Amino acid sequence: MTVLKTKLGRRSFLKTSAAAGGGLMISFSWLASCTSSTTKAEVLAMPEEWFELNAYLKIGENGMTTIFCPNPEFGQNVMTSMPMMIAEELDMDWKNVVVEMAEFNTALYNRQFTGGSQGIRTAWNPLRMAGATARHMLKEAAANAWNVSAKDITTDAGKLIHKASGKSAGYGEFAKSASALEAPEEVELKEVKNFKVIGNSKKNVEGKKIIKGDKLFSLDIKKEGMLTAMIAHPPAFGLQLKDFNAESVKSMPGIVDVFSFKTYNDEFGRNFFDTDTFPEMVAIVGNSTWEVMNAKKALQVEWEKFSEQSFLMNSWGGGDKIKVQVPAGLESSQSHMAEMHKVASKPGTQLRKDGDPEKIFKEAVKVIEKTYSAPFLAHNMMEPINCVADVTADKAIISAPTQAPGFIEPAIADRLGMTVEQVEIVMSRMGGGFGRRAYCHYMVEAAVISQKVQKPVKLMYTREDDMTFGIYRPAYMATYRAALDENNNLIGYHVKAGGIPESPLGRGAANRFPAGCVDNYLAEEWSIQSNITIGAFRAPRSNFLGGVEQSFLDEVAEAAGKDPIQFRLDLLKRSKEKPVGENNDYDADRYAGVLELVRDKSNWGQTSDGTHRGVAAYFCHNSYAAHVVDLKLVNGTPRVEKVTCAMDCGVVINPDAASNMAEGAIVDGIGNAFFGEMTFQNGIPEKSNFDRYRMIRMNEAPKAIDVHFVQNEIDPTGLGEPPFPPIFGAVANALYKATDKRHYNQPFLSKDRITLG
Amino acid sequence: MAKFNLKINGKDMEVDVDPQTPMLWVLRDHLDLTGTKYGCGIAQCGACTIHLNGTATRSCMLPVSVVGDNEITTIEGLAEEANHPVQQAWLEHDVPQCGYCQAGQIMSAASLLKSNPSPSDEQIEAAMSGNICRCGTYVRIKEAIKTAAKIQNA
Repeated sequence: MTVLKTKLGRRSFLKTSAAAGGGLMISFSWLASCTSSTTKAEVLAMPEEWFELNAYLKIGENGMTTIFCPNPEFGQNVMTSMPMMIAEELDMDWKNVVVEMAEFNTALYNRQFTGGSQGIRTAWNPLRMAGATARHMLKEAAANAWNVSAKDITTDAGKLIHKASGKSAGYGEFAKSASALEAPEEVELKEVKNFKVIGNSKKNVEGKKIIKGDKLFSLDIKKEGMLTAMIAHPPAFGLQLKDFNAESVKSMPGIVDVFSFKTYNDEFGRNFFDTDTFPEMVAIVGNSTWEVMNAKKALQVEWEKFSEQSFLMNSWGGGDKIKVQVPAGLESSQSHMAEMHKVASKPGTQLRKDGDPEKIFKEAVKVIEKTYSAPFLAHNMMEPINCVADVTADKAIISAPTQAPGFIEPAIADRLGMTVEQVEIVMSRMGGGFGRRAYCHYMVEAAVISQKVQKPVKLMYTREDDMTFGIYRPAYMATYRAALDENNNLIGYHVKAGGIPESPLGRGAANRFPAGCVDNYLAEEWSIQSNITIGAFRAPRSNFLGGVEQSFLDEVAEAAGKDPIQFRLDLLKRSKEKPVGENNDYDADRYAGVLELVRDKSNWGQTSDGTHRGVAAYFCHNSYAAHVVDLKLVNGTPRVEKVTCAMDCGVVINPDAASNMAEGAIVDGIGNAFFGEMTFQNGIPEKSNFDRYRMIRMNEAPKAIDVHFVQNEIDPTGLGEPPFPPIFGAVANALYKATDKRHYNQPFLSKDRITLG
Repeated sequence: MAKFNLKINGKDMEVDVDPQTPMLWVLRDHLDLTGTKYGCGIAQCGACTIHLNGTATRSCMLPVSVVGDNEITTIEGLAEEANHPVQQAWLEHDVPQCGYCQAGQIMSAASLLKSNPSPSDEQIEAAMSGNICRCGTYVRIKEAIKTAAKIQNA
């Protein structure tokens, strides 16, 4: 039994309004569209009055329940899984639950941020507590009315039951009196084995709206008097605005204004997520998208190389702002590669050292050394960057697809000359995010433009603007060395990794597998400065390391004459029984668990004719993933036929949606492993739309993906990122089997890089 | 600017726009039919897919001036109760993740099933490879199309 002190999330239990009622009327058809596949007849009608039990839920007089999803939704399906956690502890019948996106309000909700695969993990206790607290209050209200002890009242799917007296009532009957009660000091939570909602697949609560084409995205918003805005940004990294000719386009049809603007105030101290590639841009504002697009094309802008550019960053924990210099120059992918090889050949910054790696590499019977690389990647969310801003004299309403409303709010307020209280952020459904929408400069841009033209403004990036704006996944390189003794035991391991402009390693990843399994271990890192901006991209850093490390281990296992799964399991056994060093950042049993599960489910060791198999596993973002890829060569072109996936993310909240998430990560990983690449020439991103930036399509995706979860009762962890990194390794290892050639440089199917077959 | 009489989702509609305006923006900006999405503007991603006389067409490169009397169907008009076999199947397989590309996927799938009621896997792949899903829901899309074919043929 878990007992939680409710003061942990006390703020959430403050009433948002004194009178909870007010007769919010919503039409029946809307209701039915929210409640998955149940027929209308079974579903309760909308209540006349709502009673708020806490910030997460309100119950109508008829028992209908609205649950608010606190976190931004970008396809990970938190709008379904988070309310499921609340409904479980509330003991509510799911079919009578309506889900709404919560307001952005840091006083009421914890961590309204989507990223790092931390949503479910960090919401696990607060959300269950919200449900359990409300259930407790309903029991108390019923006990008061029935004159019995609350302890003798049980609940079942939205009903309160007092067995001894035979009394029972729906939650609705006591919603009003319960809402007047104080929240309890502590609540008891259900045991995992008693879960009814959690662990039973529920359909996406927004599914019907999506398939109808309802207005779910901020791009779909229309406000009275709203104008459309676009931006013109420098065509290359290393360039800045010199001059522009507004007059040439101001007279074009539908154009209202053309002006340059700075995104942040010069004295503004940026925080980590306030990354901005181009500090000054030109805004084109007009009546309709097509008119603004045409004016944008016709606009004459002069750009110039900058020799000096800097910005201010807030230092951690307060103190003076730090001046950050942006390196000048027009960079190219070719010179990037040459520079990375050069820096990689020098000693790096040591992150972890066990034993005496230098000595052991000299004594080793076999040494395997391989170098891997991967390019910059653009996020390419299907919904391009956009924001609707409505700024008036004393209020700013900013609706946007944002993973991190809390990070950008201070920047918006600073730029508008307002307080954060005057800035209201509406978290629209995101058409994908993948990390990119944690960097919300566009919300400031839209706000600035709206303030200038004194009208509501919809800012939209064209696909080209979006793809060439930077904030990419960095380019990486890593050299791995392994030392084997005469019995083919792994006795030394060395990783030296770096990137432009950041290393993929860091102290955290230096402590991951196979650290702790090898007596002599060395991890080093390096980095090269750049003016190309970078940002989090699904499983940051791990998305490179996971793939290349697993590709290297495959090669080491082969050199040692061992089965690749057994080789890993033997190493994990070592780290469990007699771990080397400290701070090893993985649980050897759980790591081995996914490998064993994928071995079993994929029938490892048995392949049909023409099928080539590769395996990989990885641990990051608190969850464990292992994949087996079945690949075929079709007329010399590799096609992944099937992927078998094993995951350990603890308790699985919504199994079918969880599978969907893993399937998506697998497809995304295969796409990026085969095709993903952004290159540069003289600072210019060489791909600006999907004609040149190749994305995986249905005819290149696996025909089948088979996802399995380790069944346990461990507190849940995330799923958005962990299945992504190892797929790169599994693909590389299968590709080796198919082509008899190891593939060290991503993307594997880049025309100018690798000839297959 | 010029006036155009369009037949959209079975209704007559009139717009006064630049003749070169792509149907995508006529729908989204002038008729407030925002289910059709912008993804690339160069007919490479399929998010803007509509039906022109029942055939899947990328609306981002279709100037309003060439539409003429041809009937346009958007996701909002695919089925009155949003119960087209493809839409039903999409719900059954719980296909969407972010959902942004799904209107385009559904319109492509509906067009495929109209011309080919029982497509093979290869035919589905061929018909759907013009629609990008960045979330990677392709496996579910394919399964949903097979289910939709069964519903339609039942």
